[in-house]
Amino acid sequence: MSVILILIVTSIVVAILFLGAFFWAVKSGQYDDTYSPSVRMLFEDKKAKSEKDMSHG
Amino acid sequence: MEAVQSQVDTSCYHCGDPCEAETITADDKDFCCQGCKTVYEILNENELCDYYDLGANPGVSRKEEGEQSVFDFLDNAAIKADLLEFASAEHEKVTFQVPAIHCSSCIWLLENLERLSTAVISSQVNFTQKQATIHYNPQEISLREVAELLDKIGYAPLINLDSERQQDTQKNTYSKRLLLKMGIAGFCFGNIMLLSFPDYLGLTGIEQSYQSFFRYLNALLAIPVVFYAGAEYFVSAFKSLRQRFANIDVPIALGISVLFLRSSYEVLANTGAGYFDSLAGLVFFLLIGKWFQNKTYRSLAFDRDYKSYFPLAVLRKEGAELVPTQVSELKKGDEVHMRNGEVIPADAVLIDESAAIDYSFITGESEPVYQQKGDYLYAGGRHTGPMTRLIVQKAVSQSYLTRLWNDEAFQEESQSRSLVDRISQYFTIVIISIAVLAAIFWQVTNPANTWLVFTAVLIVACPCALALVTPFTTGSVMRVFGRNRFYLKNAAVVERISDIDTLVFDKTGTITRTNAQSLDFVGDALSASEQDLLRPVVASSTHPLSRLILAALAEDKDLTVEHFEEITGKGVEARVAGVAIKLGSASFVGSDAEKEVAATRVYVQINGVVRGYFKVRSEYRPGIGEAIHELSPDYKMAVLSGDNSSEELALRQFFPMGALMKFEQSPESKMTTIRQMQADGRQVAMLGDGLNDAGALKQSEMGIAVSQDVSNFSPASDAILEAASISKLHQLLNLGKRSKRVIKASFVLSFLYNVVGITLAVIGVFTPLIAAVLMPLSSISIVIFTTAGVHMYARKLKLN
Repeated sequence: MSVILILIVTSIVVAILFLGAFFWAVKSGQYDDTYSPSVRMLFEDKKAKSEKDMSHG
Repeated sequence: MEAVQSQVDTSCYHCGDPCEAETITADDKDFCCQGCKTVYEILNENELCDYYDLGANPGVSRKEEGEQSVFDFLDNAAIKADLLEFASAEHEKVTFQVPAIHCSSCIWLLENLERLSTAVISSQVNFTQKQATIHYNPQEISLREVAELLDKIGYAPLINLDSERQQDTQKNTYSKRLLLKMGIAGFCFGNIMLLSFPDYLGLTGIEQSYQSFFRYLNALLAIPVVFYAGAEYFVSAFKSLRQRFANIDVPIALGISVLFLRSSYEVLANTGAGYFDSLAGLVFFLLIGKWFQNKTYRSLAFDRDYKSYFPLAVLRKEGAELVPTQVSELKKGDEVHMRNGEVIPADAVLIDESAAIDYSFITGESEPVYQQKGDYLYAGGRHTGPMTRLIVQKAVSQSYLTRLWNDEAFQEESQSRSLVDRISQYFTIVIISIAVLAAIFWQVTNPANTWLVFTAVLIVACPCALALVTPFTTGSVMRVFGRNRFYLKNAAVVERISDIDTLVFDKTGTITRTNAQSLDFVGDALSASEQDLLRPVVASSTHPLSRLILAALAEDKDLTVEHFEEITGKGVEARVAGVAIKLGSASFVGSDAEKEVAATRVYVQINGVVRGYFKVRSEYRPGIGEAIHELSPDYKMAVLSGDNSSEELALRQFFPMGALMKFEQSPESKMTTIRQMQADGRQVAMLGDGLNDAGALKQSEMGIAVSQDVSNFSPASDAILEAASISKLHQLLNLGKRSKRVIKASFVLSFLYNVVGITLAVIGVFTPLIAAVLMPLSSISIVIFTTAGVHMYARKLKLN
């Protein structure tokens, strides 16, 4: 019987963890700019590229 | 093949503009101007040409910017301290507003600054706010050099005074807090809903023992919803009641508190499950509405005052040195040195021999005025030419132009009450009366039900759907506007559009294009040999009109100038191939033409004979004629121009008969004219572009700043319209008007829900389950109805 109590408390604790993650995301400014991160991840790694160029040149 | 190719229109490799005047070729690539080529070379040297692979022609055209921006005021310690967000011996952090950011290439380049200068530690772009945050080592590079580096690659930072930045951070923290509240409300709503299911579905036997556990948990979860997420409704309701006015937040706050109190009572007294799920859902939906409406264009500035036009600092003479000084510190008697292209920050007297001042900010007139030693120069004029010395006569805030901002129009924001607030006044009274009447009825028939019915009415009447109508309608309208390059300051502006009955246009920059000017020659056409004589003369002159004339002349033979004299404010006297040439004003050239007409004319005299004159022709924006024609039946039209009346006839062709046209208007007289129209009971929308329209824009019900490039300077206004979209003005305003119909229809719909709910409440069958169904159903249907309505009208009006 008390297993339901444990499950519900656990589920709420898990949910609170996610809520905390959301708070952290908002406060660290991740919702300020939703465009540039999507582009940024597509940029090539800068260092690797310039090294390659040097070995060619 | 190659010959054909050179005929084909080439576009600039850097900025994508067509190469009109000249094509500069480097590395097999075409550039439209030297500036673009320079940026390319810098990037090429530093292996940053990925920039061009990420998007086609991502660069910012360098053609328009004749003079380099000057950043030496950044060496001023006070300004520097104000701008820096972090400073230590080896690490400084600054965030610049960079209006030129517009694509992924921009992000890439600005985040690779460290490859351009090793002194830059790292940089990060915020695309939505068009900001670049740069960390650098102050031992190796100064703040000024960082700004110059950005300017060099075409991303000149826009540096604002602190007050504007504070507003920005305020807006920023508000939208963050709104997100947090939404998170809390959503979290609690979801959990409460799950925990309410057992109660709704019915618990049997042994399960009964969980009942109070679920209920107490719900009550616990509802506490942050009411006291954190819903707190702003109580604050707003309290504020409005103190002004003896019931806005829409009053019935909402009433509903929330009754919901919470009754539900808590039911749980504590163990008489029922309460309405906690409805409560949390209500707050959650309301916050979503707020968030939807709160979409603002943060990268655009709607509240700029004259300070954004002025330099932050000018060179002031202190002893033998020139020190960059903040303009707010200038005092009467200070000697300041103005460089080419700088704006005079305060009324001053010229102490050099002569200077050319461009007053287009104030008057809309684009020709520079030539001033002599001792002349009084007004703040807002742009100095063109070599460095000039001035003596300040008045402090910045007391100068001719800036006095405008002391006018009452600038003192207070007009507080017009929105339709929903006007309705809610009566709504609140009606709801409370129904609740009281129902309570009296039950008190007589069955007293046990009195409190239940009374609270049920207040709960069900909580105007959740009503409160969602305006945010979702105006929010959708703003999004459609935004796609059509029409940006509103806030949602309240949408409701004002439908009341507008008068449109007032500024001429220069609004009806006509600011920079595109061409010349007509009036008189017998100049022969090819005469044009050959004139060309070297205008080529030697630095006057801006000379450049326009040069462009209008055909190219043939090259002749040399034997004698050349430029008389400031009058014209040019020269001798070419033995022929005497005079160019300039009518009196100077000796024309017997009518006395100095208002229009700008350059008379031509060859060998003692006046041949005619060049006349500046301003170019009308494409589509403006049709736009004005479409608008004319629906609105009273007027033109207020700071320019002279030389174009009145041309303008009359566009405008309906009897349209008011006033010329040579000062910034104040524009504002007074608008005020007079308002005194006649008219609702005025003003379209203007310059600082000279600032007063009129502020005074009008709806000030629309027309801007070639929305990220550029625009005066304080309620809306910013990109110049290219001015042809769509009629459709845009119509959508604003239709949106009011959507709002009214949705009000009817939400009242129907209320009537159903209140009926159920009055007869005493309003159970938590019915509340849990009715509340989200009404809210979601309102959201769908309003957004669909706005988009249907937008499609009908061919706005995408």
